[in-house]
Amino acid sequence: MSASTPVPRQEKSAAFEYLTTRKDEFVGWARKFSLFPYPFVTACCAMEFMSVSSTLYDTDRFGAALPRFTPRQSDLLMVVGTVSHKQAPILRKVYEQMCEPKWVIAFGVCATSGGFYQNYAALPGIDKIIPVDLYIPGCPPRPEMVIDGIMKLQDKIAAERHPIINQDF
Amino acid sequence: MNTGGNLLDRVQASLGAQALETGMAHGILVLQIAPESLAPMVDRLKREFGFDLFLDVTATDWPQRRPRFDVVYHFYSTRDFVRVRLKTRVEEADPTVDTLVPLYGSARYMERECHEMYGIRFRDNDDLRPLLLYEGFVGHPLRKDYPKQKEQPLVPYRDVQP
Repeated sequence: MSASTPVPRQEKSAAFEYLTTRKDEFVGWARKFSLFPYPFVTACCAMEFMSVSSTLYDTDRFGAALPRFTPRQSDLLMVVGTVSHKQAPILRKVYEQMCEPKWVIAFGVCATSGGFYQNYAALPGIDKIIPVDLYIPGCPPRPEMVIDGIMKLQDKIAAERHPIINQDF
Repeated sequence: MNTGGNLLDRVQASLGAQALETGMAHGILVLQIAPESLAPMVDRLKREFGFDLFLDVTATDWPQRRPRFDVVYHFYSTRDFVRVRLKTRVEEADPTVDTLVPLYGSARYMERECHEMYGIRFRDNDDLRPLLLYEGFVGHPLRKDYPKQKEQPLVPYRDVQP
C-alpha cells in the first residue's frame, strides 16, 4: 500500500450507529428545551423582544425563558436590532466567548440584512461576521413569528448531530 | 411676557449691519455672515441679547457651488423663546471656522460630530476625535461625494456561500 492512499475510516457497526442515533435524539431533546438566550439588544426590536419574552406570549413555554447576561452561560445568541460597523467587533467578541454548543438567531430585518440601513454606518446582516442559524424577518417581527422561529430552531436542534465525546460519538 | 418679536427686531437692527444678508424663515431670524465675524457676533448674541442655549451646528454641502459648504448654527433664547440662525460659507480647500467652545460647552460635542460628518475644522477645538464614527474611518460620510453604500468594516467579512 502506497503512503499516499488515505487510510479508510473504520467501519461502524450497526449497533454503534443505533446507539449514536438514540444518543443524538436524547441530547437534542434535552438541549432544545433548555435554550439560555443572550439578548444582544441594540435597537427598537428590543420592545418586541420584551413583549415576546414576558407574560402574554411567554417564551418560557419553549424553555427559552431565562436570559443570561453573560455570553459564557448562554447557548442562544439573539441579535436584536441594527448592528453598526462600530458595534461589529463587540458582537464578534460576544459570539466567540460563548461555549459550544451555540446557536444564533437574527431577530428582525436589520440583523438579517441591514434592513433599510444600506449606508456607511450599518452592517448589512450579521451573517457577514458570524454564522446564523435562523433569520426572523419583520420590522419588528410579530411575537407569533418569533415563537414560530424558536420552534423552528428547536426542530433544527432536535435534528442535529450532537457529538459529546469525539466527532464519532 | 413674550417679547420675542421685539427681541429679533433689536437683534436685526443691531447686528444686521455686520451681516451679509438678513431675513426671516419660519419665525427664525437668519443672518448670513462672514466666517471672521462669527465668534464676535455669537459673543454679542449671548451676552447682550441672552441667547443662552446653543442648539446645533451642522453643515450643508453644495457640490456645485463655490464656496462649497454652509456652516449653520442655531441659538435659542430660553427667556424670550425665539431662535436665531447663523450661516457662514467656507471653502472646500480650507473649511475652517472658529470654535464656540469658550462660549458654549456643549459646542464641543456638536463640533466633533460636524467635523467627522462634513470635515469642517473648528479652530482651537482641541478634541476633534470621531464621535459616532470610529478611528480609521476615511472620508466624511455626509458629504455628497461620499459613495452612498461604501462600507469600511472593522471586522473582516466571512466567506458566505449563497
